Amino acid sequence: MGKATAGERETVLRLSGITKRFGALLANDDISLTLQRGEILGLLGENGAGKTTLMNILFGHYVADAGEIEVEGKVLPPGQPAAALAAGIGMVHQHFTLAENLTVLDNIVLGTESLWQFSSNSQKARTRIQQLAQEFGLDVNPDAIVASLSVGERQRVEILKALYREAKILVLDEPTAVLTPQESTALFETLKRFVAKGLSIIFISHKLGEILAACSRVSVLRGGRLVAERGVEGVTRSELAELMIGRGIPQTKAEVQKAGNVVLGLHGIHARHNYQVLDGITLDVRAGEILGIAGVSGNGQSLLADVVSGVAVPIAGTLALKEVIISRISPRVMVNLGVARIPEDRHAEGLISDMSITENVISESYRSAEFAQRGFISWKKARSFALKIITAYEVKCPSPEARVRLLSGGNMQKLILGRVMANDPCLVLANQPTRGLDVGAVNYVHEQLLAARTRGAAILLISEDLDELFSLSDRVAVMFRGQLSNASPRESTSIKDLGLMMAGHGFKTGEQSHAA
Amino acid sequence: MRLEPREQHSTAVMILYPALALLASMIICALLVMLSGASPLSVFGLMVKGAVGTPFAFLETLTRATPLIFTGLAAAVAFRAKLWNIGGEAQLYAGAVMTVVLGTGFLPLPQPLLIPVLMVAAMLGGALVLSIPTFLKTRFGVDEVVTTLLLNFIAILFVSMLLEGVLKDPMGLGWPQSKKIIAEAQLPKLIQGKRLHFGFIIAIAAAFALWIIDRKSTLGYEMRAVGHSPKAASFAGIPVNRVLAKTALLSGGLAGLAGMSEVTGLKGNLTLDLSPGFGYTGIVVAMLALMHPLGVIAAAIFVAAVFVGADAMSRTAGVPSYIAHVMVATSLLTMVTAIMLTRYRVRWR
Repeated sequence: MGKATAGERETVLRLSGITKRFGALLANDDISLTLQRGEILGLLGENGAGKTTLMNILFGHYVADAGEIEVEGKVLPPGQPAAALAAGIGMVHQHFTLAENLTVLDNIVLGTESLWQFSSNSQKARTRIQQLAQEFGLDVNPDAIVASLSVGERQRVEILKALYREAKILVLDEPTAVLTPQESTALFETLKRFVAKGLSIIFISHKLGEILAACSRVSVLRGGRLVAERGVEGVTRSELAELMIGRGIPQTKAEVQKAGNVVLGLHGIHARHNYQVLDGITLDVRAGEILGIAGVSGNGQSLLADVVSGVAVPIAGTLALKEVIISRISPRVMVNLGVARIPEDRHAEGLISDMSITENVISESYRSAEFAQRGFISWKKARSFALKIITAYEVKCPSPEARVRLLSGGNMQKLILGRVMANDPCLVLANQPTRGLDVGAVNYVHEQLLAARTRGAAILLISEDLDELFSLSDRVAVMFRGQLSNASPRESTSIKDLGLMMAGHGFKTGEQSHAA
Repeated sequence: MRLEPREQHSTAVMILYPALALLASMIICALLVMLSGASPLSVFGLMVKGAVGTPFAFLETLTRATPLIFTGLAAAVAFRAKLWNIGGEAQLYAGAVMTVVLGTGFLPLPQPLLIPVLMVAAMLGGALVLSIPTFLKTRFGVDEVVTTLLLNFIAILFVSMLLEGVLKDPMGLGWPQSKKIIAEAQLPKLIQGKRLHFGFIIAIAAAFALWIIDRKSTLGYEMRAVGHSPKAASFAGIPVNRVLAKTALLSGGLAGLAGMSEVTGLKGNLTLDLSPGFGYTGIVVAMLALMHPLGVIAAAIFVAAVFVGADAMSRTAGVPSYIAHVMVATSLLTMVTAIMLTRYRVRWR
């Protein structure tokens, strides 16, 4: 095991025998690990492997059923976030916890001052923040309003927040999920500076490349158990992948196929909703091809998906299906025209979690002659349709009457796939179709998308996972601040080019690039 | 102490817990009765006797349950779709106003024609009143809890204005009351010489109709989907605003029928004390029934029995009939707790 790399360095954090059970699920099973001063420890595991549970226990959000946490030799009282903070543990969450309407300074100081003092000592705080920023190379203007900052800058504020509270152990939960590849590389450099100054870091990720690039040691979690500890030198990607999944990664690879006629045509689409904008989107998706849309989250991808789903109505521009311009865009119109829509959020949009499987599979087609006559639904037909989907798409469930809430994420996604693919769609819109799924389910979704492509459907795939885009797409385009680049064939694109474009290079507003 | 969702819903728990809830509420009320110096057993005995002990008492309970079934259904159908209609009272009075406007001689139709016309008119009146808050909700995002609640006061003041003005009975000796409805507008009594009227049959039929709509129709499916998740419903192509508008018509219409049934079946005219809070009590009835249309029948009879029983009891035992309100309230609280416990189990520690 990784003991050799530990050497005689000082142990700052020791988790021993951590066990946590949620009902029938054993989320953490006797996990022990140590963190040395001045190292970056990677915590690698799939969704549901128990990484987040473990960190929530470390932070005192959960109380472990068994096990103990020691920080610098002292036992941490369980279930007390305040104690964890006082012991110098700082956490940077995947979803930032910043107040957008306050300045950077206010956000950092928030919660560190007594509520009973009359005025806050902002001069002292400002000096301290500037000192920290300089020392650790985290350039950010303390008086800027958080809402005006880029994602990379916000992450720096989160890190500064932890440092301001004198964190000695920094936990970063999937920190690169919102960054471009270049920003990620810059983050890794920053982290290496941190550890050179004596901080210790736990880096949580399910991406192998990052773990190898950023960490000195890696602990692999699988199914709630610690399955391996390795130094990163001499470890290969495929070896880590096998440890993480418990078997080799099946490779999905798109066969080359000739694209047909244009199925979806967007021309000069402008739209605006909840701070998101679409600024003149023009694109074509042809039958039998997958067009992948890359981009850092929040650059308008969700709104683009909403427009194609029929949920959002554009202010200007046209949407055409099979060269017919759709004048009244609505979800029902899009469904009836044969658009299969896989939404980003399967809990809130894709399914009605408190209704049964049967009720959910007919939610798009309950008015069709297949299920309804004169305003009355034939539940017998609906149930047999549900059974058909359950068998064809291998949905694991007790019965068609089961409430959807009880299904796992992968099974929910299979249910949605079954529902939308039933009528042989001409266009498939897949928005983040594999987010939060385990590798088996990811693979299944990929196969289904490729099968639809083989059948001649046009597929618009929106994803933040560049590996996914590269393994599936025929052409790739990048979204940045509501604009879309020209799509280029996968063969003539590199991850590096995409990364630069995701940071804004080559766009009209490109000079405002915020690549760190 | 924390709550954990149950993986399965066992039938035993579903029956046992509500029964325990009723028992718990009776124990709480027994303590209150003891505080007022009476014996709980004799008080409960008198209440049961007063509510269902004699044919007369039982018929009186069913008579009192009739408007509660309508307002209970009105609340249940709206709450199912998460349209928080607290304005049953206003819709009830709107139905009653339509009834006396058309039923006091304005439409000289024979009974088999006039009654259905009055029913439709009353439903339209109630539906119109609920349509205003629903439109404000879907169009501008105005909270319907506030608007429907406040409309109750507006409606009652409006009725008061009508009864002092255009609808005032010139033969009413100055009392704020409307003219009597014509004989053709009266609902027949179910039993000669008793107060129970045909409105009860209409109420039961409405409950069954709603049950069928809920289970079998596309509208019922849409209303449930919108109630569970407007966002997912709208994504799937269910026209959420249109479904809410239909729900409002249905819910307001049912509450309007309560007003029509009280005027044509029982009171004969419109006064300001037509409803002693039937609109509000309907909310309790719907919640006790878990929003189930057939459950509403049982819940309405239960609540009516408590009120009728308490009235009879207070005449003999000297315990204030306000105990009825306390009993209904505690049984609602214990029932809601029991229902939560059928879905979650409590883990100590």
